[in-house]
Amino acid sequence: MTDLASLNAQALAAIDAAASLDALEAVRIETLGKQGSVTALLKSLGQMSPEERQTQGPAINGLREAVTSAIAAKKDALESAALNARLATERLDMTLPAPDAHAGSVHPVSQVMDELAEIFADMGFAVAEGPEIEDDWHNFTALNIPETHPARAMHDTFYFPEDAGEEAKQMLLRTHTSPVQIRTMLNQKPPIRVIAPGRVYRSDSDATHTPMFHQIEGLVIDKGIHMGHLKWTLETFLKAFFERDDVVLRLRPSYFPFTEPSAEVDVGYTLVNGKRVIGGSEGWMEVLGSGMVHPRVIAACGLDPNEYQGFAFGTGVDRLAMLKYGMDDLRAFFDGDLRWLKHYGFAALDVPTLSGGVGA
Amino acid sequence: MKFSLSWLKEHLDTDADIQGVADALNRIGLEVEGIENPAEKLKGFTVAKVLTADRHPQADKLQVLTVDAGQGPLQVVCGAPNARAGLVGVFGVEGAVVPANGMVLKKAAIRGVESNGMMCSTRELELGDDHDGIIELPNDAPIGTAFADYAQLDDPIIDVAITPNRQDCMGVRGIARDLAAAGLGTLKALNVPSISGSFPCPTEIRIADPEGCPAFYGRVVRSVTNGESPDWMQARLKAAGQRPISALVDITNYVMLDHGRPSHAYDLAKLTGAVSARRAADGETATALNGKDYTLTANMTVIADEAGVHDIAGIMGGEHSGCAETTRDVLLEVAYFTPERIAKTGQSLALTSDARSRFERGVDPAFLEDGLAVLTGLILDICGGEASEIVRAGEPPLAQKTLSYDFGLCARLGGIDVPQDKQTAILTSLGFAVAGNQVTVPTWRRDVDGPADLVEEVIRIIGLDNVPSTALPRAEGVAKPTATPMQKVERRMRRTAAARGLNEAINWSFLPEAQAAVFGGGTWTLANPISEDMKVMRPSLLPGLLSAAGRNLDRGASSVRLFELGRRYLADGEKLTLGLVLAGERQARGWASGKAHCFDPYDIKAEVMALLAAAGAPVDNLQVMGDAGDHFHPGQSATLRLGPKTILASFGALHPNAAKAFDLDGAVMAAEIYLDAIPAKRGGGNGFMRPAYTPPALQAVTRDFAFLVPSDLPAGDLVRVIKGSDKDNITAARLFDQFMGAGVPEGQKSLAIEVTLQPAEKSYGEEDLKAIAERVVAAASKLGAVLRG
Repeated sequence: MTDLASLNAQALAAIDAAASLDALEAVRIETLGKQGSVTALLKSLGQMSPEERQTQGPAINGLREAVTSAIAAKKDALESAALNARLATERLDMTLPAPDAHAGSVHPVSQVMDELAEIFADMGFAVAEGPEIEDDWHNFTALNIPETHPARAMHDTFYFPEDAGEEAKQMLLRTHTSPVQIRTMLNQKPPIRVIAPGRVYRSDSDATHTPMFHQIEGLVIDKGIHMGHLKWTLETFLKAFFERDDVVLRLRPSYFPFTEPSAEVDVGYTLVNGKRVIGGSEGWMEVLGSGMVHPRVIAACGLDPNEYQGFAFGTGVDRLAMLKYGMDDLRAFFDGDLRWLKHYGFAALDVPTLSGGVGA
Repeated sequence: MKFSLSWLKEHLDTDADIQGVADALNRIGLEVEGIENPAEKLKGFTVAKVLTADRHPQADKLQVLTVDAGQGPLQVVCGAPNARAGLVGVFGVEGAVVPANGMVLKKAAIRGVESNGMMCSTRELELGDDHDGIIELPNDAPIGTAFADYAQLDDPIIDVAITPNRQDCMGVRGIARDLAAAGLGTLKALNVPSISGSFPCPTEIRIADPEGCPAFYGRVVRSVTNGESPDWMQARLKAAGQRPISALVDITNYVMLDHGRPSHAYDLAKLTGAVSARRAADGETATALNGKDYTLTANMTVIADEAGVHDIAGIMGGEHSGCAETTRDVLLEVAYFTPERIAKTGQSLALTSDARSRFERGVDPAFLEDGLAVLTGLILDICGGEASEIVRAGEPPLAQKTLSYDFGLCARLGGIDVPQDKQTAILTSLGFAVAGNQVTVPTWRRDVDGPADLVEEVIRIIGLDNVPSTALPRAEGVAKPTATPMQKVERRMRRTAAARGLNEAINWSFLPEAQAAVFGGGTWTLANPISEDMKVMRPSLLPGLLSAAGRNLDRGASSVRLFELGRRYLADGEKLTLGLVLAGERQARGWASGKAHCFDPYDIKAEVMALLAAAGAPVDNLQVMGDAGDHFHPGQSATLRLGPKTILASFGALHPNAAKAFDLDGAVMAAEIYLDAIPAKRGGGNGFMRPAYTPPALQAVTRDFAFLVPSDLPAGDLVRVIKGSDKDNITAARLFDQFMGAGVPEGQKSLAIEVTLQPAEKSYGEEDLKAIAERVVAAASKLGAVLRG
């Protein structure tokens, strides 16, 4: 009995003393290996009488279990210590920078055009397009601006040499998106609801004018469309675009050769920290030109002005972007300065949606 | 069009103040661009008397004055040579702001002598150009009175933008008529003097060009004195932004501004024989009042005498026959010129004038007689003299338009229901004659020629604010998608590019000629560019992007990734294109990655492939071919084609010569993707439904093959034939190594390809794999590839 007890104590002490997995393995071999001390005791059970085995068996097996579990426990402890030691050597400076990611951006003009397409889609407007190199018939004549009309002088038009076009048409850079009205009416039967965003050109350059800029045109042609519909459409659009319910419009009678009656539209603003913020009516800013499509324009497109009437409006996309997002220099829009593009641009996933809001 | 409130009130009986007038003008479509009260900038300037004037002790050219501005004597240092005791002038008190230069007057020592304000010149107060001395007022000017009050400058000036259709509002009286119709007051009756000539007109007036000048009324006024015009007239002309010149000139200008009625006064002594309105001869020249010579054509109307051309009719008078101080006898011209002729002549001569802007809009053809009477009356009053009888050559086009008007159109088009009697009242107040549904247009409203114009007249007076908003009818259900397939492609590409770290720019559509030339030159060159830098419509998006890249690098950017989605302007149309430029560092130097890495051609290839995939192009079936263009590095560029002719994109390293043309150093990668060449995605019969697919139950296996091939064999060709060598089993072939050097014979290279095999029904056995490998090797051998042992 004392033999067993001392063997037990001796083995446990040796396990406890093992400083490495190798040392522990040596202890295991000494005790539980083929020639091991505990193994020898287990073997001795065979030679014992049944009575002796009755008492010695459980004791010897108990010894084996105690040693086995002590070794397993020690092994876990040693492995865990070894892992910890290894992990300790693997420490990284997590303040070091991760590889650079390059944030791309969408230009504010593109973003605003997407916003407008989204808003107007909800009102049933499709997006129409037309050429930027136009002929004078589409840009002027069909829009009720004959050659001698003083309104032609209001448009500082870029012309191409007279022989540049086909069939001796005078070709020019469109001065507004309104020729898309003409193209749409010529190609499509009413009811028509379209917006036409795009580049337009005027020979004008100063702090607030660039020779190229962006406009968006709206056109509705149907039976029974009147000025009240125009007003509602503009109110609805501007409220949706600025995502404010306090947007106030002021319509002023005006003149465009291609609309009759015509109205310029001012939107009310409030001064916040010296900046004009759309909403309220502390002051007024002109944002839109609009009117009922002139009967002569409808007739020029082969439609009967007694049957069909409608409205058109146009506004500057760059200007809408400036009013909503606060840029104050139009020239920067076309400079391609990465610092500006990153600051005023939009993330790829800032896709305007009605559920998420069109603004970003 | 600028005018003062008091001038307006000469025609309009109203109690309205300036703000009330401005609001009404905006409401009826006469847009107010500004309101200015000259009195405001003269705050702090008062009538003052110089009591004493003594030499400045330290300066020869200065005097020390004591000035009484109503608050007792003040010491003022003054440099004006005319400053003297007893002079009554204008004194600016401490704190006043000098209008001419914005200087705030302060108490200050000037050469050691204290000065408490300033005696002012007309130029300092922006009242004239005189700066030779200080203003001298009459001795009885009340000392201490605000100068603005004394000079009757407390009269606000309103600036109105007149739209091109409203000739009638190119004169103050027309504006008054519109305001009266809007209910702001009553239009006063016009006092037309009745002047019967006391002698026959000595000058014959003829019309040889009735098309350009249907009517020419004239008369002579003899023995006039052409001095200065009276103060009230000068004040009004100044309010309108005109400089007073001489009484005769001022009177014609005043009648033009007051009534929208241009006229002209010729110095009779400078005319020879009969005066006629005729066509110019081709090449004939005229020296206009602005001192410039104009070469005329036979399409232009002029006023000439027997010696030659004087007037470019309706646009500008001649320098040689204008009125001067010495003028004694004048011939007055009140004519009607055909608007289209005036517009064309003005456009082709690039000559603008106040007269042109009225004649080309169309002056009131019924106001020749009265206009001449008003003009003559003012001349007789101001310059004296004696008027001849009137000579009337030709007849103005007096025929009035009568329109059939359905009063219901106001509601149907204007969106507001206005009772017929109200509409009639509005139209009548504007000068229209209404009889039943027949509306006769007044002679001064040439712009009104259809029922829609009448609706505009009614609703602008009613007020657009009163038109109720009416919702557009809405289609049932959720709004339908509206974007076209191309619009969707464009949006996807834009946002894919941004998601991949590219920044969208918008560049000018026009280029300098030299930049366009690097890209083969442009088809469309502007006849009238705003500058040489903006002359040719771009044939490629790259020049704009390269210029932008250069600007960014110059500003210190180390890495530029720019794209633009826009049009190229070619002979056969405008082509939607995505341009892309990568310049500078792909990866900055880093603690883990070492030194900086520049972009290489495969970086731009990766972007192009990703963008084409986003556009829905069949990227797996594209052929990589050459001929990307002369602006690319010939050995490091390619086109991506669908079949030999359809080029979807070109990309590669920029040719060093092209880079040099844009002042770019280092490697620059560029690409263009031609959106119109990308085949439209086929919708298929079942809309959104995808082809049926279940992931295979058996695991795919990979096998590597290494081949020796001729060194000029494109790797892509080998990959393609291997992928196609056993379509039932090979799902992918991917090149993972390329090697030339030790162990590879001269003129050859080793290409290693990983082939992915997908078993269908049962796992591959050795025999299966061997058979597949044989097919791979056999296919490769057709390209001269030999499996490496």
